[in-house]
Amino acid sequence: MIPVHFTRLLRAAARYKAGLWWGIACVAASNVVMLSQPQVLRHAIDDLYGGVTAEKLGRYALLVMGIAVLAGLFRFGMRHWVIGISRRLEFDLRNELFAHLQRLPVEWFQGRRTGELMSIATNDMAAVRMMLGPGVMYTVNTVTVMVLSVSFMLAISPRLTLLSLLPLPLVSISVWWFGDRIHRRFERVQERMGQLSAQVQENLAGLRVVRAFGAERRESERFDELSEGYRMGHLELIRISGVFQPSLAFWSGVGALLAIWVGGREVVANRITLGQFVAFTVYLGMLNWPMVALGWVINIFQRGSASYLRIVGLIEQSPSIDSPEAAVRPTGAARGELEFRNVTFAYPGSAEPLLHDVTFHVPAGATVALVGRTGSGKSTVLSLLPRVFDPPPGTVFVDRHDVRTLDLAWLRAQVASVPQDPFLFSATVAANVAYGVDGEDTAAVARAAALARLDREIESFPDGYATFVGERGITLSGGQKQRTAIARAVLRDAPILLLDDCLSNVDTQTEEAILEGLRGEMRRRTTLLVSHRVSTVREADLILVLDHGRIVERGRHAELLALGGHYAALHRAQQIEEEIAAS
Amino acid sequence: MSAGEFDEGTGRAYNHRLAVRLLAYLRPYRGQVALAVVITLGGAGVQLAYPWLTKEAIDLGIRHRDTYILDRIGLTYLSALLIGFGLGYLQTQIMQRVGQNLMRDLRAHLFRHLQQLPVSYFDRQPVGRLMTRVTSDVEVLNELFTAGVDALFGDLFILIGIVVAMSQLNVELLVVTFSVLPVMVIVTLTFRAKVRRIFRDVRTCMARLNAFLNENLGGMSTVQLLGRESRNFAQFSGINADHRDANLRANRYHAVFFPLLELVSAMALALIVWYGGRQVMWTGITLGTLVAFIQYTQRFFRPLSDLSEKYGILQQAMASAERIFELLDTPIDTAAVALPGARVADAPASSTHAVSHVPGAAGATVTASPNGPATPRVGVRVEFDHVWFAYGGEQWVLEDVSFTLEPGERVAIVGPTGSGKTTLTSLLMRFYTPQRGEIRVDGRPLGQWDADALRRRIGLVLQDSFLFSGTLEGNLTLGDPTISSERARAAAREVNASEMIARLPGGFAAEVRERGATFSAGERQLLAFARALARDPELLVLDEATSSVDTHTEVLIRAALRRLLEGRTCLVIAHRLSTIHDVDRIVVLHHGRVREMGTHAQLMAAGGLYQRLVQLQYLGGENGEPAAAGRAGDPGA
Repeated sequence: MIPVHFTRLLRAAARYKAGLWWGIACVAASNVVMLSQPQVLRHAIDDLYGGVTAEKLGRYALLVMGIAVLAGLFRFGMRHWVIGISRRLEFDLRNELFAHLQRLPVEWFQGRRTGELMSIATNDMAAVRMMLGPGVMYTVNTVTVMVLSVSFMLAISPRLTLLSLLPLPLVSISVWWFGDRIHRRFERVQERMGQLSAQVQENLAGLRVVRAFGAERRESERFDELSEGYRMGHLELIRISGVFQPSLAFWSGVGALLAIWVGGREVVANRITLGQFVAFTVYLGMLNWPMVALGWVINIFQRGSASYLRIVGLIEQSPSIDSPEAAVRPTGAARGELEFRNVTFAYPGSAEPLLHDVTFHVPAGATVALVGRTGSGKSTVLSLLPRVFDPPPGTVFVDRHDVRTLDLAWLRAQVASVPQDPFLFSATVAANVAYGVDGEDTAAVARAAALARLDREIESFPDGYATFVGERGITLSGGQKQRTAIARAVLRDAPILLLDDCLSNVDTQTEEAILEGLRGEMRRRTTLLVSHRVSTVREADLILVLDHGRIVERGRHAELLALGGHYAALHRAQQIEEEIAAS
Repeated sequence: MSAGEFDEGTGRAYNHRLAVRLLAYLRPYRGQVALAVVITLGGAGVQLAYPWLTKEAIDLGIRHRDTYILDRIGLTYLSALLIGFGLGYLQTQIMQRVGQNLMRDLRAHLFRHLQQLPVSYFDRQPVGRLMTRVTSDVEVLNELFTAGVDALFGDLFILIGIVVAMSQLNVELLVVTFSVLPVMVIVTLTFRAKVRRIFRDVRTCMARLNAFLNENLGGMSTVQLLGRESRNFAQFSGINADHRDANLRANRYHAVFFPLLELVSAMALALIVWYGGRQVMWTGITLGTLVAFIQYTQRFFRPLSDLSEKYGILQQAMASAERIFELLDTPIDTAAVALPGARVADAPASSTHAVSHVPGAAGATVTASPNGPATPRVGVRVEFDHVWFAYGGEQWVLEDVSFTLEPGERVAIVGPTGSGKTTLTSLLMRFYTPQRGEIRVDGRPLGQWDADALRRRIGLVLQDSFLFSGTLEGNLTLGDPTISSERARAAAREVNASEMIARLPGGFAAEVRERGATFSAGERQLLAFARALARDPELLVLDEATSSVDTHTEVLIRAALRRLLEGRTCLVIAHRLSTIHDVDRIVVLHHGRVREMGTHAQLMAAGGLYQRLVQLQYLGGENGEPAAAGRAGDPGA
């Protein structure tokens, strides 16, 4: 009966079982109390007709108030429990989703747009919440109100009940029918708004081409077309939703009319009393909202379950890069001996290997540099070590362990890496430097910043180390971002250091100063260093020159210069660059 | 997105100056608006009729046991329902139609204004913020308009109507019943104030949640490499909990408020039963009056709480209007082309700037004629005359740059990264204006040229060959009606692009995705060549691309370049020096200054900067681009 995915949801809800039952009991109880009110009205009116004392009237008035107070208490309980629990379930589910997303590998994220994932974590989550909260609440509410009202009405007059209930199902049906169509047209309108936004974005991004070719007019016309499409979509939506609202009012109005008309005739024919007549119309009025809610609830459940399936789709995605079962977890830190053994690697989904037969060995504490043109595979080599991408089994080793057999958290804890395009978070400078370690030791952060030659600049910031760097570090220059990432890696104090062309945005002088500071660090660690500058790599224990994914030259600086190949040409080119810069 | 984007404005719900400007957009639709107002009033009237009809049915029909009258009232009730339905439908249709038209006008106006703002304006403005102006801010205004009319003419009229109807029935009972009104108002206002604050918290939490997700999903590899997962989860869970708690707080208020409202309305009911019942007994008001009273009070509470909600919309809308007009008030570029066709009846102020701001006198404000000023087609003469330029700040990107392109001459600009080469083209295209000195085309200063006429004579190939979504042919013509399909095809053939195009599904009609994502850098470059060539420009300005392409495409591009440079005045920004053999003269730029000038042979012989650049080229740097010194780079590059 229940689709297999929803058992997961039921399990999650089990924690709140007691509260849920209380909430549902409150829904029912509030309706029982509320529905006794028309009975009071009925007796009051019949008494008015037949003769009544002021005291008795006062008692009826007090009864009306008492009923309202009692029903109000139950309604409070209803919202408190049912809606409250839906919020808690939303919280649990969203936490679960985020925890799972964090386990998925980089390649999985590359195939997806962040906006799409965010929409699942927010919009879909909200749709599920609507299903669990208002959805459940109004379902119970509708059922109890209907059962109670209809039995009271039947007690007054079965004939009248049957007649006046005729149009009510139409209300539910039209809410359901319209609700679905309105939703679909609404989505189409949203889609067109998306197209319109996309054109504005494209236009602004291609601003210079637009201006240079005088395409402003054509762009404006294109915009008008999309803008008009959006308007038309909206009008289509209104043609339906414009019928919907008034038709709801119409159907419930017809119910009221039937009660008055047919009910009036019943009174005239002496089949019911005037008090019963009034009570009847009130019951009928009370049915209105549950009937509307019924159609609405159906839509909520439709949307909610579709959203839930999307969420579960993500949660059930198994992480392709993970610790293996029976993972090796060495005690203490790694020594830092690395080996790449005949690594041939293609990115997932690509047939063409990017690395061909790459083999090299790095003794613990040594520094190996990789140079080569853009796209020669230098960064790829670095990304295989901490398993950002998975190397083939038995090709990449840390301390003679295949990285794929190691505990993933342990492996990554041994590595401090500085990417070419570092990612900073919208937090303080200090928090960004301390991002890779526990806590935020001020002295240690300052030391790391000094080593990355960032300390003086930070001190000149308005709030020093407490300065916020903005989204993705937008307030910092490219060089400052790179140096923040260097400080971050230094502070992490891991036995393996990966530097991926991390000084490309700083000038030569600063580079020299940073390298001088880093050399001390590099002596204590195993370092893999990618650079396009000879000055950066000349002191490495081993230099590898990559071309089209193959190691084409290897040796120390002096040996490679003597070889007179790629490396020597690079060296000469940089000498000329320096001359040009100086002229 | 800055914090200001979440801002809900100054909180002022009404600003006269803004309201007047908004009303200007309504003027073309004033007839429809008037009709909608009348219909809204009619609809409200029908609403008022139902309780009255109920009273009549009870008093005249049921109590007098007169089925004839009961039937007549039943039929009247039915027709009232039908009329109510019709009016409700019409009201939404008209109001939404007007609202949609209004938004279309405003959007068109905004978009055209964006097309006319100076390029430098966009250096400072995040694209996302400008998009918000054109989309969501306009949307909010629509809500203001539709909700505003409904509130002013619907809700308010119903409230007044109910009071009037009740006073017609029985003033004494009205006063007694409405003694609960102050309670009702106090409950509603307190609740709204509290809940508004809580909802602001909820929105803030939601924004934090979104920002956190955006950042951490985008930087997931950093998170994972640094083993931050557990701490990030704790942080996320904290924000998530804040979000939950804010919602729980809102829920608590709702849980109190709604029962309290029902209690107040029960109080009114109790009063009617108690006091009204006494009057029925002793002063002889009818039972129907009593029932009508009960129904009127029930109808009174909804519009009252609606009104307070619409007040919130008004506040938001004013903030949006302020942001929209701020953009529209930004003066447009002096070189902007006139853009007809914005369906704005009363285009307030700004679009007229186009004419009044064009510098120079008489001859300068040439209206855009398809042929431009009458100049013989012998090629163009371009002079850079002691040009100084800086982007915003004080740091000069170009210092005292002077050189001349004679008609038909081909000149290459070379120099290391950051020397200011690309800035030269930006100035020539009038994206920016030099601070000192002058650029002249055919002896006439740039500022005095009509933008359209000038651009017709210059073909530009940018470093980044931007493609627009649409068809491939549309990307070559860019909507220029003077470029025929044949001419676009011929241009593609000449730059060796037709073979590549033929391979595409649909050929020239092939669909280009956003930013030409399906094309390689080399293919995009060929298309950019074709785009420039299709215009058969007298002056070609080419900013050579730096991106590396495969060998086959490289051969195609070189051949195409040679074709492109043939027989016209050319200014080539040579990043890779691959074009230097095809030009007549070379200008060497370094640190924003002209350092050397001459032919390839002359400069090689001189053994200066140029010679070293060429040497470097043959050694092959990282990107084949001599990367040197000022890496800070120029923002135009």
